[in-house]
Amino acid sequence: MFKQKRLFELVRTVLAVLIALIVALVTILFASDEPGRALSLFLFGPLDSLRHFGNVLEMMIPLLFTGLAVSIMFSAAQFNLGAEGAFFLGGITATSVAINQSLLPVVHPVLSILAGGLTGALFCGIPALLKVKWNASELVSSLMFNYVALFLGLYLINYYMRDVDAGAMVSFKLADTSKLIRIIPKTRVHFGLILAALTVVAGYYFMYRTRWGYRIRLTGLNSSFARYSGIQTASVIILSQVLGGFIAGSGGAIEILGMYRRFSWQSLPGYGWDGIIVAILARNNPALIPVGAFFLAYLRIGADLMARSSDVQSEVVYIIQGVMIVLIAAESFLAHYRHKLVYREARKTAASGK
Amino acid sequence: MQTDFLSMNNITKVYPNGIVANDGVDFSLRKGEIHALVGENGAGKSTLMKILFGLEHPEEGEILLKGESIHVSSPNVAIEHGIGMVHQHFMLVPSLTVAENMVLGSEPRRGIYTNIKKAESETLELSRKYNLTVEPSARIRDLPVGIKQKVEILKALYRGAEILILDEPTAVLTPQETKELFEELHLLKEKGSTIIFISHKLHEIKELCDRLTIMRNGRSQGVFNVADVTEKEISRLMVGRDVILEVDKGPAAPAEISLKVRNLTVVNDFGKNAVNNISFSLRKGEILGVAGVEGNGQGELVEILTGLQRINFGSVEIEGENIAGKTIKEIRNLGTCHIPEDRMTYGVAETLDIEQNLLADKHDSPRFTGKILTRPKVIRENSLKLIGEYRIKCGSPLEEVKMLSGGNIQKVVVAREFSSDPKLIIADQPTRGIDVGATEFIRKRLVELRDEGSAVLLVSADLNEVMELSDSLIVMYNGEITAFIEDVRSLSEEELGLYMLGIKKQTDGEIGRALHV
Repeated sequence: MFKQKRLFELVRTVLAVLIALIVALVTILFASDEPGRALSLFLFGPLDSLRHFGNVLEMMIPLLFTGLAVSIMFSAAQFNLGAEGAFFLGGITATSVAINQSLLPVVHPVLSILAGGLTGALFCGIPALLKVKWNASELVSSLMFNYVALFLGLYLINYYMRDVDAGAMVSFKLADTSKLIRIIPKTRVHFGLILAALTVVAGYYFMYRTRWGYRIRLTGLNSSFARYSGIQTASVIILSQVLGGFIAGSGGAIEILGMYRRFSWQSLPGYGWDGIIVAILARNNPALIPVGAFFLAYLRIGADLMARSSDVQSEVVYIIQGVMIVLIAAESFLAHYRHKLVYREARKTAASGK
Repeated sequence: MQTDFLSMNNITKVYPNGIVANDGVDFSLRKGEIHALVGENGAGKSTLMKILFGLEHPEEGEILLKGESIHVSSPNVAIEHGIGMVHQHFMLVPSLTVAENMVLGSEPRRGIYTNIKKAESETLELSRKYNLTVEPSARIRDLPVGIKQKVEILKALYRGAEILILDEPTAVLTPQETKELFEELHLLKEKGSTIIFISHKLHEIKELCDRLTIMRNGRSQGVFNVADVTEKEISRLMVGRDVILEVDKGPAAPAEISLKVRNLTVVNDFGKNAVNNISFSLRKGEILGVAGVEGNGQGELVEILTGLQRINFGSVEIEGENIAGKTIKEIRNLGTCHIPEDRMTYGVAETLDIEQNLLADKHDSPRFTGKILTRPKVIRENSLKLIGEYRIKCGSPLEEVKMLSGGNIQKVVVAREFSSDPKLIIADQPTRGIDVGATEFIRKRLVELRDEGSAVLLVSADLNEVMELSDSLIVMYNGEITAFIEDVRSLSEEELGLYMLGIKKQTDGEIGRALHV
């Protein structure tokens, strides 16, 4: 029975993805003068060169971090949307360490990433604390705090780290000692991919093989039961969000160190939101985060390539995202079919029991 | 040959969790009878009635009313067809008055306002007609359970119910209130109502009903005239074998005090003393029952003892330690275990597998976890052992708890709680709503643990259980202890009822014997 349920969830997800793709394809068919070309760019563009596939992997790196961060927070049933702000501020603090020209290699990126992570932890910890102390909805407060993160970050760049000779609102150049090395030649895929992979594996073990992960899951599934069992749910609620914030913040730091020469974000980069999509696709299971992150990155790059060399805008990808999320989140999507399955199964066991 | 007023044919209902609640059930009703629907908890009685009342929809089967097929898609449709239901848990708005509750949804109007006067006079008129005495202007929250039930019945009648479904109406009543209810039901019958009476108390059925339908395991076991069958035959058809619900237990050998409660007062959210200055002691090797109509402070008492709620006034000592300021974990570490009243809220995480549920209170014990990683092998051994020992019926330890039947879910809870070598067991309604097999098993385990030297506090609204299982007994009424019965064997059910209703109260000296000083 439980295997069936897992299978059913898989079928449901795949079907949701397929329906979303079909909707997008139909849209392209109508919107484009050369739909065949647009479609093939969209679906196969990311595969047509190492550089393009490299783009997919590059984009996966931040998604792995924010996806994991969100899934840990969501596992505790804490709908903290602060991954976005944590990612942004993580980039800012990492920059403040990375523009320092007097640090040793290796130590330099490590310090930058830690600084980014701690900032993220602090940032996501605030809504958690407000929740525990005053029962303020973490969803609302973290959402609002994202704007605080944006403007605070821009303020810091503008007044403390801005390179006035650069002609735009960007920071000083990052020191070479701080940068993450490229690991695949002819692409921009950097060492962050390895860090991300390690973090996801560690995240999986943390959630499913340690007592702390157990507490987070139990609190998320039934907090009354967790409390009754002797778990201090308030600390678990804080832990999950501080940890999620740390991972998102480190992700932001790694993104800056691996992909940029200067800090140049003028608005929230959106990876925190994307992390929510990845976490939903992965059903909050760290083991499935890479699948979700790859899928979303592939869609994004495909849409970019299509927009660059055909007459369809890359926004078509938002149609896919929207349809997909609605179908997956809608509990009763296919529920009728599922009930039929259950009914048949129950009849079968009843018959064999006689 | 009387024709059937209502008949339900070949009803099949499968719940989303795969449980077949009704399997080809036939049920029929004659006009003007009181028809009992009996069966164990989980036999499918409530489901069948929910289908009749439009709360659930069957996969198969049809419903005929006066020979015509009807489709009951919602309770509103059921009410239109003259079918009314009184639920086990009342559906009343506590802050409104009796009359307001009565007319809710079909209020008599005066302009844009509800015509309260008319509502009250209609309520009074109806209440006189059926001799169900209620005060129309009283607020529901101030009323005792028995009166609330009358309001529920009147509410159904007000909406024109000809068929009245009563879902275990006596479960919440004292023996005295039950008697009153039966008189009222007889009167209703005389005035032409048809009543479906759900119960598993056989003597009540013998006393009240004309015919009965017996259900077991989602199937009907047949329809009988009450006069033609003996209680023993009914019980055999209900359970499928002869049941001995008497617990085989020797005399208790009480030792030193394990739990000491002194002058405990609990103030609830409404500023009322839910528990009012009570004191008692519980010794190792004995079962102390806490009897009382639900909602008389037992729930609050349990919450205090298990650390779910803070102590306002008074003191509680467990194993010689004052528990004030201790966390739930610390209280558990003193050797306390807790079978919660509401197992789905406090006892399990239903979407988690059995194995992980069995681990909840000991997930961080060195036995199951190293410095960082848990030990899956030891955990698996433990879950297989407990599943075997407690006969939890499941396909694998990885099955989700919500796939199990009520009795097996309770066994998961009990297995987890009892496997921590408890010194003090707080069992709150340990067998509520579960099948006879599991009930017998859990009761037996409680007695075994007593004999091994655990102290057991048994809170139960099931009079039979509390009288069978307990060595001594305290009765709670309105947050106070109204009686301490040193030897339960000397107590009659009627006398217990008087204490439960607060009609009779022992002297302070008699109650003081519960301190064992």
